[in-house]
Order: sequence, then C-alpha cells, then structure tokens
Amino acid sequence: MTTNLSTPSAAAATTAGANAPQYAISAAIDKIYYGDFLAVRDSVIGVEKGKITGFIGPSGCGKSTVLRSLNRMNDLIPIFRLEGRVDFMGQDIYAKDIDPVSVRRHIGMVFQQPNPFSMSIYENVAFGLRLNRYKGNMDEQVERSLRRAGLWNEVKDKLKQNGLALSGGQQQRLCIARAIAIEPTVLLMDEPCSALDPIATRIVEELMLELKQDYSVAIVTHNMQQAQRVADITAFFSVDVSKGGRTGYLVEKGPTKELFDHPREQLTREYVSGQFS
Amino acid sequence: MTMTTADFSQAAAAKAVPSMRRSFAEPRNLRSYLLTLSVWLIAIIASVPLFSVLYMLISQGGARLSFDLFTQLPPAGFMPGGGFGNAIIGTLVMVGIGSLISIPIGILGGIYLGAISPDSKLSETVRFVGKVLTGFPSILVGVFVFGALVQAMGTFSALAGGVALAIGMLPTVLLTSEQAIRMVPQRMKDAAVGIGCTTTQTVWKVVLPTALPGIMTGIMLGIASAAGESAPLLFTALFSNFWLESLVEPTASLSILIYNFSGMPFPNQIQLAWSASLVLVLIVLVFNILSRLFGNRKV
Repeated sequence: MTTNLSTPSAAAATTAGANAPQYAISAAIDKIYYGDFLAVRDSVIGVEKGKITGFIGPSGCGKSTVLRSLNRMNDLIPIFRLEGRVDFMGQDIYAKDIDPVSVRRHIGMVFQQPNPFSMSIYENVAFGLRLNRYKGNMDEQVERSLRRAGLWNEVKDKLKQNGLALSGGQQQRLCIARAIAIEPTVLLMDEPCSALDPIATRIVEELMLELKQDYSVAIVTHNMQQAQRVADITAFFSVDVSKGGRTGYLVEKGPTKELFDHPREQLTREYVSGQFS
Repeated sequence: MTMTTADFSQAAAAKAVPSMRRSFAEPRNLRSYLLTLSVWLIAIIASVPLFSVLYMLISQGGARLSFDLFTQLPPAGFMPGGGFGNAIIGTLVMVGIGSLISIPIGILGGIYLGAISPDSKLSETVRFVGKVLTGFPSILVGVFVFGALVQAMGTFSALAGGVALAIGMLPTVLLTSEQAIRMVPQRMKDAAVGIGCTTTQTVWKVVLPTALPGIMTGIMLGIASAAGESAPLLFTALFSNFWLESLVEPTASLSILIYNFSGMPFPNQIQLAWSASLVLVLIVLVFNILSRLFGNRKV
C-alpha cells in the first residue's frame, strides 16, 4: 500500500468547492516509532477550524500518541520518532528550523489529570502570560480567561488560594483557563474528563462547546457518548496486531452522526455498537 | 428447586454461632503477639545508644555550660576557666565555605541527573561516582586536600578545611537533590512544557520550587554531617588557640578541639572537651531537626 502523503486540506481543496473544511492542523502521519516499536501508522487527520474533533478507539490504538504529536509534546520522550508531516497554518511543525516551544504556545494542551501548579489560582492563569512577557492588563486577562473557562464566579473571591485546593473539576477548568490565557489557536485535550465525576464532566463538556467558537479543539476520549455529545467530527482509531506488534491506525473519520449511524468500516460498526472486544 | 427467604433463615439458624473471640490459646495469635512484642523491644534497643550518649554528654558537659564557653579562648595547660569560642566560629566558617562550594554544584548536578538527562552515559557515571564518594573514607579526603591545597599554599587553613568538608557534603547534596527532582510528578512537567516553557523555564519555575523541600532536607543533612567531621580537618585546618583572623591560617574546630583536649592530662581541658561535645551535638541536632521540618513541608 502506498501512503497518501497529501494533507487533508490539500486533498479537500482539490475535491470540494466553497464548503471545503478549513483546517487549523492537518497531519499526515506516516509512522510514529518509540525506539523500534511502531506505535502508529498511516493516519491522515485534521483539526478543523472552529470545530471539535473527537479521537476515539480502544486502548493502545494510538489516539493519545497522535494527539500529543500535534504540538510536539512527544518530544519529551527521547525515543519518539515521527515520519510524515504535521501542518499548522501552512508550516510543518516537525521541520528542522521550527522551535517546539513556540509550537506549544500556539497549540495549547489540557491533560488527563488536572495538573495546576502549586501556586495561587491567579498565578496559575498568569503563568503563561508571564512567560510571554504579556504587555496588556494582567488582571483583566486573568479574569477573562477564568470567565471563559466558566470558573470566575467560583474563584473570584479566593484568587490567592492555592490552585491545588480546588476540587478536581474546578482544577481541570483552571487548567483550561491557564491554557487559553495565552490565546492559542488550537486546544488539544487528552481525555480531559476521565478523572472527573459526571457532574464536573458535564460542566467541562458544556465549556468545550463554548470554546469552539474561539478555538479549534481536538479531544481524545474513551467515552463514546462524550464524543457524540461534543464532537462535530469523529475519528476512529484501532489497533493492528497482525504483524506481531500493536500498531494503531486511523480506521475512518467523518461527521460524528454519520460515523456513529452509518459507519463505512466493519471495525467501526463493531466498536460503536459495543461488539468490540 | 428455588429457595424462599424462609428457607434461607432456617438454614442460618441451623448453623451454630461461630466463636469469634480473640484467644491466645490459638498458636497463630500467640505467635503474632510475641513477634509484635519483640519487634517493639528491638526498636527500643535501637534507640538506646543515642539516648545514652546524649545522657552522658548532658551529665558530663552540661555542668560547665556557660556563656564564657562561647566568648573565651581555650586555656593553656594548668589555667582554669576558658572556653572554645574560636572553635565554634571555626566550625561554622568552614561548614559555611563547604556549603558555598557543595550546594551550588550539588543542586546544579542534581538538576542534570534528575531533569535534563537522567539516562545519559554522563548521568550514569556521575551518579555512580557520587555513590562511591558517599562511602569514601573521610580521612582520605583530608589527605587529598592536604596534598592538593595545604602543601601548595604552604599553610593549614580554613579554606582547605572548607574544601575538604565540601567534598564530603557534595554527594549528599547531589544525590538527594536528584531524588527530590525526580519525585516531581511528570504531569507537573507536562503542564509546564504544554504551556510553552523552555527546558530552563520548566526547571526553574516548576521543577525546582516543587523539589525545594527535598533539596533543603539534603542540604541540612549534608551540613549536619559536615559539622561533626574531624578526620578531613585534621590534615587541612589543623587547630588554633586563637581567634580566626584570616581564611589562610590554621583554624580551630569543635571536633578537633574535642580530639585534642580529651587526651590531655588536665581536668579543666577534659571538662571543656565534654562541653564542646555537647555543643557540637546540639549544632548537629539543630540541622537534623531543620531537615525534618523542611522534609515535612507539603508541596
């Protein structure tokens, strides 16, 4: 099989007209290795502007690996190696002259475990602004970010309190406020609700729907109902064990309703209907 | 055949109520009890040496404890009175020099080992060397600094003593810093990297503040053990009966004073040695307690 290296945006531009989807990130991942281990292969995926893209699939299917390679978080793992391209606004973020630190300032990330810093709520949000020597009014930007994260009313009277003293759901919204304070273009969320209770989950999900007006969002989730509730587009990944390894790959992607109601692939049908082992 | 609720309660009633009382007649209970008791006793025995040493120091050295000890110089041969103010200052100055050298190197090295490149060849080598240095005979450190510094400078000095103490403190500070830095959860580092921190910013703004209590514990333990060292000072700082005036002259220290005076045939000096021992133990104890306080601080 030959790998299609053309990016989704390029492919879409040639086939569709005015309604062609606009991509904030378009990735054509040929292979991702951890050392000798082939973790992901042949996955062409994009993050559409102003929409939520959900990544679903069984454990070990590489959905988190793919998400974390969209802002070069995987660079932290020394043995990580990617073949292919990840385009962000027309630039390949894996090109040699690209600084991964500035990539991450434009493509923010929210993690599985809420991970506020051990400092005040205010300082948590101001952290990224200080890194970037923010010139504007710090207090206003902190308030705006906390408001957009739906946390302002709960914390406005205790901004000096340590961020770790908040509840899990509040901590996760604090992390979202911290991520959006520096106004990234894309927000990547790696199972952001898996450590939260159902009520906190619902609040964060509502927040995501608000956020997509300003940001392009990609979310990894274990929870198919969550994908159906929030994602506009869903990508289904699976694991290929045929060659002795466990290699993840993209099975299919499409508008969420279509993917769940009329999947094109047999594997997808089995997974979304719960027959997948 | 299906069972009804009534059938169940009848079955339960038919069974005798089991005895659940604790009984030492049962061998496993007795064994457990005896083992607990012996572990308890051994734990007490383990703490006997420290408390008997403390008791002896307080009873022998406590009698002479007075303000004079801290302000006066050691007395000559048959003279009464006197103190060891110069030795206290000497110990503090040399531990200070040792800290100034070993703390920056130890912390920066710990950052490299724990955060920058934990698995590199260099890290593995440095870690191994650090562990070897931990068990290195301190008298040899003294001999080394004697050859490297004292002979070159032509004099025993506080500087040489400080360098010798630094070599002793370095592995403690280095390895505990590394440990503390490694304990910083990966999700904290992820958060910093994810928001666009460079490696330096991640270490400086997130990793170090989080690891600080652990690093301070290591520093305090290093200081505590350095303050009590005598062998490295024997060949480097020697001793002096006078106040410290320069860093490049022979310098008094509590540990060497104890060593010198305890062997003298004069009761006054022997008493002073006891008091100096008590003061030294108190100094070491203070730093040990400080290390516990830092260690207990919640992140």
